[in-house]
Amino acid sequence: MNKAAITAKNLSHSFGENIVLKNVSFHVPRGDFFIIIGPNGSGKTTLMKIISGILKPQNGQLKILNRSIDQYHRKALARTIAFVPQMNFVDFPFTVTEIVLMGRSPYLGMLGLEEDNDLEIAHQAIAFTDLENLAHRKLDQLSGGEQQRVFIARAICQEPDIILLDEPTASLDLAYQVRIMDLMEQLKTEKGISVVMVSHDVNLAAMYADHLLLLHNGQVLCQGLPDEVITYQTLETAYGCTLLVDESPLGKSPRVTLVPRKYSIRE
Amino acid sequence: MNTKTPHIIKRVVTASSFLILLLGFAIVLGISMGSTDSGIKDIFQNLLGTKEPDSMLYTIIWQIRFPRVLLAALVGAALSLGGLVFQALLRNPLAEPYILGISGGSAIGAIIGILAGLSRFPGVTLTAFTGSIATLLLILAMSSGQTILKKDALLLSGVMVNAFCAAVIMFLVSITQDSRLHNIIFWLMGDLSLGDMKHVGILAATLLPCFFLVFWLSNPMNLLLMGKEMAQTLGVNIKAVTFTLLVATSFMVSATVSYCGLVGFVGLVMPHMLRLVFGPDHRVLVPACIFGGGTYMIFCDLVARTFSKQGEMPVGVITAMIGAPLFIYLLKRSSR
Repeated sequence: MNKAAITAKNLSHSFGENIVLKNVSFHVPRGDFFIIIGPNGSGKTTLMKIISGILKPQNGQLKILNRSIDQYHRKALARTIAFVPQMNFVDFPFTVTEIVLMGRSPYLGMLGLEEDNDLEIAHQAIAFTDLENLAHRKLDQLSGGEQQRVFIARAICQEPDIILLDEPTASLDLAYQVRIMDLMEQLKTEKGISVVMVSHDVNLAAMYADHLLLLHNGQVLCQGLPDEVITYQTLETAYGCTLLVDESPLGKSPRVTLVPRKYSIRE
Repeated sequence: MNTKTPHIIKRVVTASSFLILLLGFAIVLGISMGSTDSGIKDIFQNLLGTKEPDSMLYTIIWQIRFPRVLLAALVGAALSLGGLVFQALLRNPLAEPYILGISGGSAIGAIIGILAGLSRFPGVTLTAFTGSIATLLLILAMSSGQTILKKDALLLSGVMVNAFCAAVIMFLVSITQDSRLHNIIFWLMGDLSLGDMKHVGILAATLLPCFFLVFWLSNPMNLLLMGKEMAQTLGVNIKAVTFTLLVATSFMVSATVSYCGLVGFVGLVMPHMLRLVFGPDHRVLVPACIFGGGTYMIFCDLVARTFSKQGEMPVGVITAMIGAPLFIYLLKRSSR
């Protein structure tokens, strides 16, 4: 049996004349920590929206758990994939528990009323993300990092096989970046959930990912293990700036250092 | 977890039963009070049939006040629910059919229907519905391309749509000498005096299915507040839900406008107050708006009927006097 969480073959997508994705193919094994990196406008977010079912793939084939994505009913897809978007503005005073419980929606009956079992799962998700003390607080009273954890808890509450995250560490401070990434790793190892993430932070990506996908101008520039993807050549082609790649002092993963112009050796 | 979150069904039932009690109280009060000074005791004896029926009082209670109170309850419920739905769909707690100009649009439709000599139902209701859908499309066209329409832009466009509708209404009134429009000014500020049991029955039959439809979609409305994409990944069919809610709400608003004219701000005041008490969950708020909105409107109408010794005033006067200051307060707070 082919143990694939996601298989994409020749995905292409364009908005009008503007081609955003071109023949993108990749493969996410089950239980993988898979991170998509690439410069602004490389098509990361569009790819994420296609995988989450928000956009329909215009060309190519996308399989979720070995089944084509268009064979999924709306709710069945929501029980398989959970999506944590980049920013959530909520102008209405929902509590943390209420938001986490929304993750149960694809499991509810006609009237959309939760039962005890749903509450139990929500409480577990809240415990997993360490939000117990905040469970009855209103979302708008929380910090950015805490809010991000609430939306991750909501995704966990969806009991998915795959969690997608769009730059979950953007705009978070250092401690929270590590905390969120650790949480995702914990999800992978303890719950066997496949984690697919879009990230701007190449160093964080290199330290946590099992596999990386580097997008450039809507095409796959490189994919594979962090060592294979994060090299001086690939990054310079993708980002068009000077940088250094060596080994992280922690070992095992590559480290990227940006080079300001005043230190630049090559002219 | 030391504190357990109350079960959603329990919350719905608790909120609803509390508000139903309140509604019952309002109905009794609405029936007992009025410009005719008959003692409460007389009325209760009449209601309970313990005393020889006083035919005059009997007529006043059952043929004038009772239908009027029921009409107020239905209109209040529909308008509160209308505000709630628009707030969810536009993700803007200041949205409301009257403020957005949708009531104004259906008023134009209603007046055209009245001038064309159509019967109130289904004729005038349908022309009012056409008018409300037209303004709705206008608003959506103005807001298209933006994920969330900026608060001030939405409100400004509503003010303009309203001004335009008011001008068209006065234009239509000026060019006709139709006697059917003689008390149009009253109607423009909300008139609940038309009610007889037949009209109330028709209105109830049109509104009740809409109430159920909106309740059925209350969980998707919660998810919509998280943003369209989020809702979609939680399994909501965005297009179908949005379309159904918009059509059902416009229909409810047009039905109330064609019966009672323009009653403003109810859809702002009630959802706001109920949200403060019961939280933002629509599964609780939808029934709460139905029962609470009805109660609120009965009280407003009671004030409108009994406040002035000169005769009654349009109920829209009262709702606007309460609603407009609250709106300004909310706007000021949200822009902080």
